[in-house]
Amino acid sequence: MSAQLAQFLLTGVTIGAIYALVALGFGIIYNASHVINFAQGEFVMIGGMAAVSFNGLGLPLPLAALAAIGCTTLVGLALEKLAVEPARGASVVTLIIITIGASILLRGLASLVWDKRIHPLPAFSGERPIDIAGATIVPQTLWVLGVTAVCVALLWWTFNRTLTGKAMLAVSHNRLAAQLMGISVRRVLLASFGLAAALGALAGILIAPITFTAWDVGVMLGLKGFAAAMLGGLGSGPGAVLGGLALGVIESLGAGYVSSAYKDVIAFAIILVVLVFMPGGLLGKRSTERV
Amino acid sequence: MAIRSRAGALARRLGLGVVAAAFAISAQAADPIRIGSFLAVTGPASFLGDPEQKTLELYVEKLNAAGGVLGRKLELVVYDSAGDAEKARTFAKRLIEQDKVDVIVGGSTTGETMAVVPLVEQAGMPFISLAGAVVIVEPVKKWVFKTPHTDRMACEKIFGDMQARGIKKVGLISGSGGFDKSMRAQCLKVTSKYGIEVIADETYGGGDTDMSAQLTKIKAAPGLQAVLNAGFGQGPAIVTKNYRQLGISVPLYQSHGVASKQYIKLSGAAANGVRLPAAALLVAETLPDSDPQKAVVVEYKKAYEGKFGSEVSTFGGHAYDGLMLAVEAIKKAGSTDKAKLRDALESTRGWMGTAGVFNLTPQDHMGLDLTAFRMLEVRNDDWTLVK
Repeated sequence: MSAQLAQFLLTGVTIGAIYALVALGFGIIYNASHVINFAQGEFVMIGGMAAVSFNGLGLPLPLAALAAIGCTTLVGLALEKLAVEPARGASVVTLIIITIGASILLRGLASLVWDKRIHPLPAFSGERPIDIAGATIVPQTLWVLGVTAVCVALLWWTFNRTLTGKAMLAVSHNRLAAQLMGISVRRVLLASFGLAAALGALAGILIAPITFTAWDVGVMLGLKGFAAAMLGGLGSGPGAVLGGLALGVIESLGAGYVSSAYKDVIAFAIILVVLVFMPGGLLGKRSTERV
Repeated sequence: MAIRSRAGALARRLGLGVVAAAFAISAQAADPIRIGSFLAVTGPASFLGDPEQKTLELYVEKLNAAGGVLGRKLELVVYDSAGDAEKARTFAKRLIEQDKVDVIVGGSTTGETMAVVPLVEQAGMPFISLAGAVVIVEPVKKWVFKTPHTDRMACEKIFGDMQARGIKKVGLISGSGGFDKSMRAQCLKVTSKYGIEVIADETYGGGDTDMSAQLTKIKAAPGLQAVLNAGFGQGPAIVTKNYRQLGISVPLYQSHGVASKQYIKLSGAAANGVRLPAAALLVAETLPDSDPQKAVVVEYKKAYEGKFGSEVSTFGGHAYDGLMLAVEAIKKAGSTDKAKLRDALESTRGWMGTAGVFNLTPQDHMGLDLTAFRMLEVRNDDWTLVK
């Protein structure tokens, strides 16, 4: 019985780590612009699909992954330059609607540039299952968890120890004051889209060997990532990680112990309950002071 | 020409009822036999409609090159319904009233087919559907026939194989799509016939990326002897990978919904050992020469792949079967009189198509038995025939 529980937890943590990466992307853009970027899921999709393409062209996997992250970052920067920046005077709601439009456009382009089929990506280090306390995981799970941990550490370092990171933090606290201090809000905004796109791409590449990738995977991953960000507290870094892991584990336990048909319902119901009692999310309140 | 004009003059005097009959008599001399069709050539079901249309065009061309049927040329009228039941209905009406076709071979999806059933029944138009569900021919409708095998037959094939291996306790895992749900329901209906007991019944959502929680639950079911996955798309491939990851040792069965090379490509090495039922067409070359179906499927596969350069699918095969059944019935009836054509269609016996032997009866408007399906096992990343 405990082996079963261990399996549910490991499964939940793996998918939860991916939700966390997507949620971090939401948080970074939210902090810089107060916009919820609904194209975040598409970054995940583009990352995975581009990696499959580059790998198919004969690039070794690490290079294909780097190239895919590069491409996605460019898409993120282009999105900011071409769609968000020209409308910077508009209200936040307008900007959010623009990102929804962009996500539909990106999805459509992906189905044309690639196709509507499902594609596999080879696992980074084989598929031989690893036994942990009676539960089994694939080596890719370790990659997902490890890379997510490294990303979180790097982000923490960036936001707390580098000037660019501190500038981004300053903009999230008070845009006008930051501008008066000589911080280029426009450049911060651009950087936040690039960073969020790179994170999304990384999530897409990490998860593709486990779940495959296709032109429309961004919808569900984006939604789950958003839910995780809300659960943890939008804009909070630790909150995004906590929210992602919690969502993954709740889903997995729901599917395992209650009913697989209702696992999404269970997860979203818990999120609703949390948000009713803690509108800022689990770590939301503190996050307005610190990211 | 003389006969024609006299027939026309007579018809004008005797009124509408006779027009059709007189026209039919006179038409036999020169007019083409008109085959009507509406298919989901574009839209979400285009993977069905596209090979179906190509197949119909290819074979009408071939038949005409060989001199046509009853000395008359065939003429194909195809409309693209895009999988929309409402459009299908409009086009069927046009086929019946304006194009005045002799028989309809079409309807890629069950939705389109069922929308058209009342029209053809009322008009007395022989209609051969290319869609899958059992409801099309159960209960039997006088003018409606179909060529593809059904979900239930796939279930029976799988359970038959399990029975032969002494498997009694089965875990079921299925997706939440239309195909998945329908197959799950049909499978549950026929379990008792094969002495199968479903001891776990799990589902997963369309966009789900991990099924190990569901499979862990199934694995824990006491006495589990095999697992059946009723699914379509990427779900079954993820199930297959998770299945191996969890180290579940009992046999895994998949449905005919993933009987394509894509499934093996996605699942990789994890697919080895998986069994699934599939149409003979997919393994045309590997069939033994003694197999009575081999000649038909190899001929169709070569013709289709030679002409279009893309891999053959069972869906195009359903269109081949539909068209050829209609042609056989027209030959047998010796005319395109709709009632005679229908009766001839209903009395088709022992005709070999890509889906198997058709034995149509007044009680069975599909006429296929389980030989239509072959049990395959994935070995060394390729299909192998079981037994």
